[in-house]
Amino acid sequence: MTRMYAVDPWVEKPLEAFVVEAGARLALLMTPAGQVIAQYGFTRAVDVMAAAALGAAIVASTGEIAKLLDEPTFSVLNHQGKRHGILLAGFDTPRGRMVCLAVYGPDSTPGLVQLFFEEFSRDVRDACPETEAPKQVLAADFERELNESLSALFRT
Amino acid sequence: MSDRFKGILDAITRVRGVRGAMIVVWQDGLIVSDSLMEGVRGNAVAALTSSVTKYAESVMLASGIGRLQFLHLQASNGVLLVVATGSETLVVAIAEPSVNVGLVRLELIRAAEAVK
Repeated sequence: MTRMYAVDPWVEKPLEAFVVEAGARLALLMTPAGQVIAQYGFTRAVDVMAAAALGAAIVASTGEIAKLLDEPTFSVLNHQGKRHGILLAGFDTPRGRMVCLAVYGPDSTPGLVQLFFEEFSRDVRDACPETEAPKQVLAADFERELNESLSALFRT
Repeated sequence: MSDRFKGILDAITRVRGVRGAMIVVWQDGLIVSDSLMEGVRGNAVAALTSSVTKYAESVMLASGIGRLQFLHLQASNGVLLVVATGSETLVVAIAEPSVNVGLVRLELIRAAEAVK
C-alpha cells in the first residue's frame, strides 16, 4: 500500500525516490508558509498539519536568525535524537521556495539524508512546471485551500 | 581544516596513487576533514561509506568475527579503503587501482591511531 500522496502529481516520483534512497520514515514537501504539497508516511491529517506548521515556524525563525547574521538564508537544518532525526531544508524552484521536512530513523544517517535531499531538490526543480506563478494565500481562502489540500493528501 | 587533521590526511595522500582521504563520523556519514582531488564527491563518498561500513560491521558481528577494523572495496577504476578508528570515526582513502594497498593500509592505521 502506498503511503505517499501529493497535491501536484509531478512531485510524486522525486519524493518516492528520496524516501527510498534516504531511508526516510516520514516526509513533507511544503511551501515556507506551511502549505503542504506532498506527504509520505503520515496517516493522520492532524499530524500533517502540525508538522507543516511547526516546520514552517522553524524555517521562519531560523530565517530571522540568518538575517541577524547577515546570511542570505540557512539552507539545511538537522536535528538528531536517540531514535529519530529530522532534516528541514529549503530550496528554490520555478514555483518559488519549497521546504522539505524528513524524519529518519537509526537505519539512516544525516549524511545520507542530506546527500539524497540534494538530488531530490534537483529533481523537483527539474520536474516543476513553470506555468503557475506562486499565489498569495488570502485568509478568506486559507481554510478552503487547506481542506482541499488535506483531502488530496489523504484521498478523503 | 585544522593543522592536526591536515597532517594526518597529508600522510595518506602522499602515497602514490591516492586520490583523496577523509575522516568521517561513522554514525552520521558527515566529513570531519578531507583532502580530495578535484572530481571526488566527498559528501557522497562519506555518506555512502558510513552506510556500507555499518552493513559490513553487521555482517562481521553476525559471522562472529568481531568488529570491523579494515574494509577494502575494489572497483574497476580504483579502490576504497576504510579503517575504523575504534572511536566514532572512520579514515577513508580513495585510490587508483595500481596503488600499493599495503602501504595505504599502514598509513590509514597510523591515521586512525592519531585520530582516536
